[in-house]
Amino acid sequence: MGIIKTKGLVHDFIRRDEDDNVESITTALDHVDLDVKEGQFIAILGHNGSGKSTLAKHINALLSATEGTIWVDGMDVSKEENVIPVRKSAGMVFQNPDNQIIANIVEEDVAFGPENIGVPTEEIWERVEKSLGAVRMTKYRNHSPNKLSGGQKQRVAIAGVMAMEPKCIVFDEPTAMLDPNGRKDVLKAAHELNKTKGVTVLLITHYMEEVVDADYVYVMENGKIIMDGTPREIFSRVEELKAHRLDVPQMTLLAHELRQAGLPIPNGILTREELIEAIMKVK
Amino acid sequence: MIRDITIGQYYPADSLLHRLDPRVKLFTTVIYIIALFSFKGIVGLALITGFLYYVIKISKVPFRFMTRGLKAIIVLVVITSIFSLLGTPGDIVFWKWKSLQLTDAGIINAVLMTIRLVYLILGTSLMTLTTTPNQLTNGLETALAPLNKFHVPVHSIAMMMSIALRFIPILIEETDKIMKAQMARGADFENGNLIQKAKAMVPLLVPLFVSAFRRAEDLAMAMEARCYNGGEGRTKMKPLKYTQEDYNAYGIVIGFLVLVIIAANVVPFPQ
Ligand SMILES: Nc1ncnc2c1ncn2[C@@H]1O[C@H](COP(=O)(O)OP(=O)(O)OP(=O)(O)O)[C@@H](O)[C@H]1O
Ligand SMILES: [Mg+2]
Repeated sequence: MGIIKTKGLVHDFIRRDEDDNVESITTALDHVDLDVKEGQFIAILGHNGSGKSTLAKHINALLSATEGTIWVDGMDVSKEENVIPVRKSAGMVFQNPDNQIIANIVEEDVAFGPENIGVPTEEIWERVEKSLGAVRMTKYRNHSPNKLSGGQKQRVAIAGVMAMEPKCIVFDEPTAMLDPNGRKDVLKAAHELNKTKGVTVLLITHYMEEVVDADYVYVMENGKIIMDGTPREIFSRVEELKAHRLDVPQMTLLAHELRQAGLPIPNGILTREELIEAIMKVK
Repeated sequence: MIRDITIGQYYPADSLLHRLDPRVKLFTTVIYIIALFSFKGIVGLALITGFLYYVIKISKVPFRFMTRGLKAIIVLVVITSIFSLLGTPGDIVFWKWKSLQLTDAGIINAVLMTIRLVYLILGTSLMTLTTTPNQLTNGLETALAPLNKFHVPVHSIAMMMSIALRFIPILIEETDKIMKAQMARGADFENGNLIQKAKAMVPLLVPLFVSAFRRAEDLAMAMEARCYNGGEGRTKMKPLKYTQEDYNAYGIVIGFLVLVIIAANVVPFPQ
């Protein structure tokens, strides 16, 4: 079993009126099956309201399933006694950088998680040191979070999760509120975590460019997983993606149009270098 | 005016007072207030003045910075002293009109009241000037921990205080943004009478509350995701630990209180 595994996971948001009668049911997750191996970098794509955040919250034991089961690191999330251990092994970085920083000083915020799980004082200092170093924020350790840029705040949030030393981190659209520079820094931090520390990463995103470097991609729509595969596999199905009104990375789209125009260019081109190489071969 | 209030502001410097444990400073402030309102006689006043002078001196906070805080309360001081000046009956009456009178006791009372209020502001603002809000909440949490036995949620209160401190600047900034957005749509916050002004605040407060609640919900989830589970079993990155300096400070402060009490009984004049 992988680090995260779901089987027939269903989540209904039920809205009730004052008399407790069911007013409406939103099925945010509809029989989701996925299996993530340890050390992978996973991307999850999908439109607004497709259920991505709901899935992320399940991985963190922040919601409980209507139906089906989810295991994190082999633990059944629905069991009460597993809630804290699950949150220890799966961390989460949220979209809004302001609303996830708790303390008034950067280093104290990074220490918040370790403090909660009862790490001894000396070790907290070591972990804070390491985590801030890893996201290159050591310089700002005594600053107030209010004075940082969005990208810097998001890196502090990542350090805060890292300091808990989880096996897996879920990033829920961590770059949605950032400018291109901030986005680059945050993504770099996520990839480094994955490569150097072997942390499993689940990246939820709207940006196709961020998906290209992932090991595996899931595409969600209306609470279901509608496509999955490596980025190359997914992006070679340009027509299908278009039918679901999903974007394709620029280079993939250009390659696709060139191919339609009659040039013999192979499927699944992701980067500018690959496209240049393919065009050079055409002559 | 609001910006002038120095209570609650922090003045960064490297002094003995800045280094002291926040619990010591809280304790000292309480003792100081007790001394201030229980002293009698000229010797007691001299003792308190000396103590205040000494503490300000070692705090390395410029005196002018502290007096700025006094400006904001000058009106309060003047009003209270006028009341005690004209409202205290005494042996020697200098002037009398209906129920108002100027007496010897009234003059002494007014002077003492002014001194007490000014000293109170100086002393308490000195504590916040030399202690960061974080240290202060940390100090309160540790100092009040025994209240846990009486089911007072000390940890939660301290956590709430520190979260409030974090979000106040964010919410102020947001208020400013919403205000500008409403003004761009023709809202008028400046003109009109009180009722019109109050009405103009509604379109400001509603979005502010909505956003504050959304933030609260997000924050609660972020805290849970980071294994927050109340105060139990929590360790601290910066646990409070007393040093020799702190013990010395406790000694000095208790000595000070004892002297003030002795002075009040030996030389209880004037008053
Ligand atoms: N607390 C809630 N109460 C009721 N319905 C909810 C709640 N949270 C989400 N939903 C609904 O569940 C569905 C999935 O929402 P979810 O937040 O998981 O989408 P998402 O893929 O993360 O979207 P986005 O890209 O906007 O973040 C949506 O239809 C949404 O309206
Ligand atoms: Mg979402």
